[in-house]
Amino acid sequence: MGKRELICIGCPMGCPVTVEMKGDEIVSVSGNTCPRGDTYARKEVTNPTRIVTSTVKVEGGFVEMISVKTKEDIPKDKIFDCVRALKGVTVKAPVHIGDVILANVAGTGVDVVATRNA
Amino acid sequence: MKTYDIVIIGGGPAGLSAAVSAKKSGTDSILILERDKELGGILNQCIHNGFGLHTFKEELTGPEYAGRFIEQVKELQIEYKLHTMVMDISSDKVVTAMNSTDGLFEIRAGAVILAMGCRERSRGALNIPGYRPAGIFSAGTAQRLVNMEGYLPGRKVVILGSGDIGLIMARRMTLEGAQVQVVAELMPYSGGLKRNIVQCLDDYGIPLKLSHTVVEIRGKERVEGITLAQVDEKGRPIAGTEEEYECDTLLLSVGLIPENELSSGMGVELSRVTSGPVVNEGLETNIEGVFACGNVLHVHDLVDFVSEEAAAAGRNAARYVQEAGRRKGEGPDAAAERAHYGAQADRRNSVEQGENDLCKAAGRTVEIRAVDGVRYTVPSRINAERMEDIQTVRFRVGGVYKNCFVSVYLDEVRILHRKRPVMAPGEMEEVKLKREELLRHPDLKAITVKVEEV
Repeated sequence: MGKRELICIGCPMGCPVTVEMKGDEIVSVSGNTCPRGDTYARKEVTNPTRIVTSTVKVEGGFVEMISVKTKEDIPKDKIFDCVRALKGVTVKAPVHIGDVILANVAGTGVDVVATRNA
Repeated sequence: MKTYDIVIIGGGPAGLSAAVSAKKSGTDSILILERDKELGGILNQCIHNGFGLHTFKEELTGPEYAGRFIEQVKELQIEYKLHTMVMDISSDKVVTAMNSTDGLFEIRAGAVILAMGCRERSRGALNIPGYRPAGIFSAGTAQRLVNMEGYLPGRKVVILGSGDIGLIMARRMTLEGAQVQVVAELMPYSGGLKRNIVQCLDDYGIPLKLSHTVVEIRGKERVEGITLAQVDEKGRPIAGTEEEYECDTLLLSVGLIPENELSSGMGVELSRVTSGPVVNEGLETNIEGVFACGNVLHVHDLVDFVSEEAAAAGRNAARYVQEAGRRKGEGPDAAAERAHYGAQADRRNSVEQGENDLCKAAGRTVEIRAVDGVRYTVPSRINAERMEDIQTVRFRVGGVYKNCFVSVYLDEVRILHRKRPVMAPGEMEEVKLKREELLRHPDLKAITVKVEEV
């Protein structure tokens, strides 16, 4: 039986989580303090995902850049496609937290949304 | 001279939370003074996610987290001044500040909440020999340049120090197309959170070299390269372990220092361990009516805990001005007062009536001794009579401890013994003290917080 030792990234507590595997099947998850840890560990050994945060230029606002994030986590191997897709994107003020900046980024089905007002 | 009940120095996470809490505790006359062009402080440049799980039960980015508090400040119609630099605070709480519309002005404060945050330790503090070429940035400066101004400070990067901002910037610079070659850490353990090592370094294959430091910076006009060397247990470079890296940028993430020039100027006593004010259970400094919270008090890892701590400072400042008002006989009548105080005061009154003698006996301040691996505690003294029902005491340990216990003693009696699988200097710890329990020890002389092996 295989074992994977992980650090949960669900929150800053950083719980050490152990996943026991039988082939591709998850037998048990232990070490987590909350359900987020369980979810994270199961995903991490099958289909690891991350929320991606970045910035895009804004025109006509009182700041130069606005911060953005993928509304949900996207597959880890799409991270660079996601930031490449954001290159050159410029938005016009006013922008509000939650506004969609780029829909369905890199074919992930996830939108990139603004995380600050401008 | 204008007067406010509470003047809050700094409109970052601590100042915002303190303001909201003070207002909700019944004090209306509040002013926040902020030197930047917007509220939110350092959170505005912390665009990564991971904030707010404790406070809002959801994962937010820094600007979103700040946004939640800014909204509350606006809804509660709390006054604030931007672009305003506080120059001086006198020991009798006259705040001297300036901005380009009001010029130089003074404000008399009933209570002051210090919430100025911290700043980064700079190259000057490290004694790295060599020229002073362009291309050496503190990690937070680089973060501001990339995330707010839209500039990439360099393309080939080495990071010295494994503080959280350095780790976050390793990922951020990588995503922006820079090549981050290595993160070097002088200590044998990382100064940052474990999760940041996983998601900022491991995810991108960036090596973390523990017990390593920069011994040389090359380049005269611009950084051209650096030399890393391994260090021994005393932090001295070991000859023969040098490795050269070609780079145009060196980021420093080597610690944060609470920004207490204003505090010491007004006579606030500072701790030599935290560089922040010494405070009691109400987060009140040695000057009556002057409170401190957030990173100016001690450097935190999590903004959620800053908000929690600052809310306590806000409540206590409100209570202070209300009590001061009553002492002067200017306060509202007793019934309205009770309404202001709410449940907290009702409980306290009944406790005071029921346990009057006990309270009197316990109504003095005892020190919290931080020993055996515990470097400091905040607060560092406690008055059982005045504390809230549950008092959070936060602290850091001085080294890495595995499978040890955190213990709390009231004089010789151990009242808490909690197993901790891992403790490290990079992660803040806490214990909670119960008022009830402290009141049961009326002759208490000292509270001790320590790390124990068994």
